Amino acid sequence: MIEFNLDRGSGVSTYLQLVHQVKQALRLGTLRPGDQLPTAREVVESLAINPNTVLKAYRELEREGLVEGRPGMGTFVRQGIAGATLAEHTRLRRSLEGWVRDARAAGLDQEDLRALFTVVLADAAKEGVA
Amino acid sequence: MSPALEATGLGVRYRRTWALRDCSLSVPTGRVAALVGPNGAGKTTLMHAAVGLLRPALGSVRVAGEAAFVAQDKPLYESFTVAEMLAFGRRMNTRWDDAAAADRLARLGIPLKRKVSGLSGGQQAQVAVTLALACRPDLLVLDEPLANLDPLARHDVMRSIMAEMAGQELTVLLSSHVVSDLEETCDWLVVLNGGRLQVSGGIEELLDGHLVLTGPDAASAAGAQVVGASRAGRQVSMLVRGAPPLDPRWQARRPGLEELVMGYLRSPESAALPGLTGVGA
Repeated sequence: MIEFNLDRGSGVSTYLQLVHQVKQALRLGTLRPGDQLPTAREVVESLAINPNTVLKAYRELEREGLVEGRPGMGTFVRQGIAGATLAEHTRLRRSLEGWVRDARAAGLDQEDLRALFTVVLADAAKEGVA
Repeated sequence: MSPALEATGLGVRYRRTWALRDCSLSVPTGRVAALVGPNGAGKTTLMHAAVGLLRPALGSVRVAGEAAFVAQDKPLYESFTVAEMLAFGRRMNTRWDDAAAADRLARLGIPLKRKVSGLSGGQQAQVAVTLALACRPDLLVLDEPLANLDPLARHDVMRSIMAEMAGQELTVLLSSHVVSDLEETCDWLVVLNGGRLQVSGGIEELLDGHLVLTGPDAASAAGAQVVGASRAGRQVSMLVRGAPPLDPRWQARRPGLEELVMGYLRSPESAALPGLTGVGA
């Protein structure tokens, strides 16, 4: 099960925050195939947001093939969605930590690191690597 | 889908003063529409016209189905108990869902035996909304439902209205002064200013379609539709509609709902309405 929370000052639209939180939960394994997402009413009653926002987020997740709506039952995480496994996450995280240590030793600060990472990520997307 | 509320060329006049002029808008079914604007903008007038409490001098306003209205002063009888208010509603209305009303009050923890005068402001608002919902309306019209409530009560009232939306086909039109209360709950925005309609549209689309720009006052705004601009020393901030200006010195970001509303209210000559491609400047 997942419990949503909102960062109201983040400037990120509410429906995207819900989408991101489901994806993050899938990455971290707190949501697994077959798990049910909370109903629109449950989300609305805890967050006081518009139910259409929840439905929009779920539609987006469905469009991306991560969840499926079962009429009259709810929205469920799809079986067999392939993502990086938890073990791979741990390995990649270790190597990224090494890179951060390197960069720090080379005199880069937090902002420099973020900028560099963003640029590399954007370039990779352009070249179709990421 | 047909709109839940549609006004065409609506004009309302009190004696010789126009409270509302040339107002054409439609709110799609299933939306929560926020009606915002300064005092005297015509918000209550538009609501009264929508629910048939006053007759327009010009144009028309049409609701698809039944409308229920909660006036700003929470029309409850202080000396009645909550149960007596329910009985009163049952007698006054042909369409009335007593079980749903009682169930809603039980879920909200509002005792039926309590006198209205003994309820908190938030509970009184909840009772007024419950009575309106018991009429099983297609359109729920709420005039300043959050006024005079503390932040917790405001949250609770909005939460319970949103929960109603999740269970049925309901459209809500509500007015408020506090735009931040509406940010997560409303998905349609109607801005009135001085009796004229300035903005009407889906909130996501409106926010996606505008940018807040900051830059040096020497930067050119050519190529942008400027809604409004403000200056502080050598820096200019402006709200633009559509694409940013060509000058690369501008820094752009998506506006918040409050910035969008304020941007328009400060520039009464600008408008963002369906079918309108340009903005005044």
